[in-house]
Amino acid sequence: MSNIPETGRTSRVTIRLVILQILVVSLLLTLGGRLWFLQIRNGQEYDEKAANNHIQQVVSPAVRGAILDDRGVPLADNETKLVVSASRTDLLKQADDGAAVLDRLAGVLGMQPEEVKDKVRLCDAKTPRPCWNGSPYQPIPITDEATTQQALQIMERREDFPGITAEPTAVRRYPEPSKANTAQVLGYLSPVTDEELTASEKTDNPYQRSDQIGRSGLESVYDKELRGQAGVTRYEVDNLGRVIGKAGDTPAQPGANLVTSIDSRVQALTEKELAQAMADARKTYDTITHKNYKADSGAAVVLDNRTGQVIAMASAPTYDPNEWVGGISAKEYKALNDVKSNYPLLNRATQGQSAPGSTFKVVSTSAAVNAGYDINGGYPCTSSMTIGNQVFKNFENESFGSISLGRALEVSCDTVFYGIAYDQWQKDGGTSPKHPKDWFYKTAHQFGLGAKTGIDLPGEVTGRIPDRQWKQSYYDANKDYWCKIKKTSKKHDLATDIARENCTDGNVLRAGDSVNYAIGQGDTLVTPIQMARIYAALGNGGTLYQPTIGKAIVSADGKTVTPIKPKVVGKLPDSKSTLKYIDKATAGVVTDGTANWKFAGWPQDKITLHAKTGTAEVSGKQTTSWLTTYTKDYTIVMTISQAGTGSGASGTAVRRIYEAMYGIEKDGPKIDPSKGIMPKPVTSLPKISDDGTVVKASYDTAAYDKAYDKSAYDTAYDPAANVPADSAVAAPRSGTSGGPGPVVAALTPTRTEELLHGRKSWS
Amino acid sequence: MSANSYSIRRFTPERSALGKLLARDSIVRRMDWVLLFASLALCGIGTLLVYSATRGRTSLTHGDQYYFLIRHLMNAGIGVGLAIGVVAIGHRRMRGVVPFFYALSILGILAVLSPLGSTVNGAHSWIIIGGGFSLQPSEFVKIAIILGMAMVLSARVDAGDREHPDHRTVLQALGLAALPILIIMLMPDLGSVMVLAAIILGVLLASGASNRWVFGLIAAGIGGAIAVWQLGILDKYQIDRFAAFANPALDPAGVGYNTSQARIAIGSGGLLGKGLFHGSQTTGQFVPEQQTDFVFSVAGEELGFVGAALIIGLIGVILWRACAIARSATDLYGTIVAAGIVAWFAFQSFENIGMTLGIMPVAGIPLPFVSYGGSSMFANCMAIGLLQSVRMQRPMSA
Repeated sequence: MSNIPETGRTSRVTIRLVILQILVVSLLLTLGGRLWFLQIRNGQEYDEKAANNHIQQVVSPAVRGAILDDRGVPLADNETKLVVSASRTDLLKQADDGAAVLDRLAGVLGMQPEEVKDKVRLCDAKTPRPCWNGSPYQPIPITDEATTQQALQIMERREDFPGITAEPTAVRRYPEPSKANTAQVLGYLSPVTDEELTASEKTDNPYQRSDQIGRSGLESVYDKELRGQAGVTRYEVDNLGRVIGKAGDTPAQPGANLVTSIDSRVQALTEKELAQAMADARKTYDTITHKNYKADSGAAVVLDNRTGQVIAMASAPTYDPNEWVGGISAKEYKALNDVKSNYPLLNRATQGQSAPGSTFKVVSTSAAVNAGYDINGGYPCTSSMTIGNQVFKNFENESFGSISLGRALEVSCDTVFYGIAYDQWQKDGGTSPKHPKDWFYKTAHQFGLGAKTGIDLPGEVTGRIPDRQWKQSYYDANKDYWCKIKKTSKKHDLATDIARENCTDGNVLRAGDSVNYAIGQGDTLVTPIQMARIYAALGNGGTLYQPTIGKAIVSADGKTVTPIKPKVVGKLPDSKSTLKYIDKATAGVVTDGTANWKFAGWPQDKITLHAKTGTAEVSGKQTTSWLTTYTKDYTIVMTISQAGTGSGASGTAVRRIYEAMYGIEKDGPKIDPSKGIMPKPVTSLPKISDDGTVVKASYDTAAYDKAYDKSAYDTAYDPAANVPADSAVAAPRSGTSGGPGPVVAALTPTRTEELLHGRKSWS
Repeated sequence: MSANSYSIRRFTPERSALGKLLARDSIVRRMDWVLLFASLALCGIGTLLVYSATRGRTSLTHGDQYYFLIRHLMNAGIGVGLAIGVVAIGHRRMRGVVPFFYALSILGILAVLSPLGSTVNGAHSWIIIGGGFSLQPSEFVKIAIILGMAMVLSARVDAGDREHPDHRTVLQALGLAALPILIIMLMPDLGSVMVLAAIILGVLLASGASNRWVFGLIAAGIGGAIAVWQLGILDKYQIDRFAAFANPALDPAGVGYNTSQARIAIGSGGLLGKGLFHGSQTTGQFVPEQQTDFVFSVAGEELGFVGAALIIGLIGVILWRACAIARSATDLYGTIVAAGIVAWFAFQSFENIGMTLGIMPVAGIPLPFVSYGGSSMFANCMAIGLLQSVRMQRPMSA
């Protein structure tokens, strides 16, 4: 009895109880530690997870800004449509998940019940379109073409249509003022992709699933400014997605308006005249191919010389941008990207490239003068010239005797430029060059060729200056192919022979290459905007601008105006006297030269018109016509594929545009500026009042000068001024430094075979 | 000193009612107030948490947001009554009714297996009484096993026959426990089986049974688990459900969803919590079974680390007092009963909180005093009554 203590416990039991107590304490400490780990150490992470769990966002889209022309006429704006939408959250609260409501809705809208139900189902891997790929908390649009009557029926019978709304909503519209289509310049919108959504997540203005974004043209380049910021209402939801509270509300910020330098009237006219010129060309008989001209595509550009701003830009063939509104069908999309339609989505003013033909001769003249050839010297303009065993003919075998460089420009004498180019080629060492000066190639780069102009449109192409560097890279890329033909083929046709020759020395700049190049033929490729910029520079005293279409960003309430300043990117490498000389010669083209026959009666004494014609040969096709013209105010460039000569195809069309702009009587000398669309360049910005309506621009020069930084002009017109360092991106040949003027942009030899008018002109 | 005071008490003359109440040997003076208040505090916190978790669950509350609040308080009230009853009878005197109580609880769990029983959340362990009430007899089995084993194991020791229970006695006690465990396994209610195993371990430890029994039992448990695992007695989905606490992807729609949502709720509470009734996980009803098995996640989210740690602390206080009571009991019977309750509460709390924190597999067992549930509340309160009774029947000086 004595060995059992009063407490009824032995020492073994006592020890066991201590063990039990230690176990208990360690269990509790484990819980405490784990609790600390979850709540204190990783609390932040779980906090975010909890927020994602229970916060759902409903997005109210921002109204997209308008694209206005220089007077404030909308080229792209929004129209109010009655959009009927269904809220899934509300539908699912119905006993039958909203099936009856949707049936009734289909009845009111005159749609099939199945059609309506398909639109509100959520997209997943197994669901075919149509389906909703947005947030399930977002109202799902059923139609944007409801009539007022239908909307009233829905809104007045709220109890019959729970979760259905009919609200006026802004939908993109391209009103085509004055019938100005402007399709390729404006671009179009299409729904955001998954990749874009993901990529934009980390930005300060992420895309929303239901967003439409600019895919092309100004809609794409200025998308950020135009689209505004979507409003977001944050709802707290429970595990079944039922809304249990509101967590925040950010109202939508409408997008800013883009004022462009496009004038809808000039644009409409330019489009009309381009189309007319092409139609006329198709009625014209081509004596070389013994068929009418095909005139399958074309482009025209009107620039403001003083700023490099684009007043009109037309590209043919074209399309209706309104096709994209509300989603384009697969069939329509295929048609727009088809060889049959000849790719109307391409903007041929910036994405089409072809050989410039004789319009290139202003570059060659500049090169010759800078290489030391006397501008007034006598150069033989024979009907042909033989180099080695090749005969290089003058156009239509003309000959003019011994003439100056200026006259050679006027009459577009090829043999004068052949001679100088051949001379230079020999001086540079011929087929075994030693420290070549390459004046003709260097000058072309200084004129901004072979590089993008930097215009505010997407997808611009560079064109191509076929210099030694390009020759080498092209040879490196094709050598194996050519040499394989040389080894295997026994044929003796032209293509095989050329391949054989190229395999041997395709990387060497041959005399023929240089000579052809000097008259804008051979492997040379330019875009219409590049040529327009060059001629605008000739018109403004030598300043190369980065062409722009956007003129200013104006906030939706009209209060904040951000001008897009014209940017000087280079100067022509010519002295004032050379420019004056070229001015005179190009004016002579109109009065005594190749364009003369199309400009009879033109008031040259009042409005001096300068021009250069070009007829570029394309292997296997009819010739490409070029007409480049400028006055002191404007530059107009028109090019048409497979349309013959520049003056013949486009002379009349370009004249009509000038006539309308200046108010010149048709085919006559009388001028009435009051009848002109734009007798002087538009200088002021349209004003947008705070309710968003546009006050049209006046022709007030002072306001314009205030809106733009005047120093840009001063720099531009001062020949001594240095061009900003950033414009000289990379000198193509650093060994040949010391040439006059800056290098405009890097030489980028391109192997792009998508040439002007969407086909090859080089083979 | 102790003998002295004992003898004085014996010869104390009649006293007044108040004097009786405040006298050294009165119930008031002998009661463990800390234990009482800790368990009442847990009941109170539990009431708030249950209310927070259920006030928006209209499908459960039938539109009355106080439905669970009122019932939880009623359960607690009934529980207090049961506890008072237990104290009034006293654990020693209850020895006499233990066989009856044991038989009744066996009948109860057998009834569950019969067509009378209902399945709730996969466990066939309920008897629906009607009127929103239901019984879970396995809760009472916990008490029956503690009392039954304590009676068998302590009988000869308390009689002074032996220092420790002999092998035969231990076998008898284990046999007593084995019968209800087998029945509960058939339900199957794995959670209750685990709690009962912990109770048996605690009881054997405190009884002074030879180490061979203690370690043998632990080894048998581990061996059994390995055998079940290796022999493929469980289907893959059962194993996945079991392991989903560590990897919710194994059972994303079921247990995995529960654990990950509970973990989000607790983790997002941070130091001070989102405030009572302001937890987004709770008001959004993202955690299933939040008023019962996952009630701790409400505390974690809305009361934060401070509130959740307070609950663990209060449980710690109860366990600390229960351990003290076990140590100071005047007979082995009291020691075993108290130690059994310690093992029960400790394991059940650890398992319940551990599963919401993602460190223990999910099993359907409630958090003592806090989780909603009548049977659980009644059993817990009776256990507190037993502890108080053990404490009161010892000499004051101890």
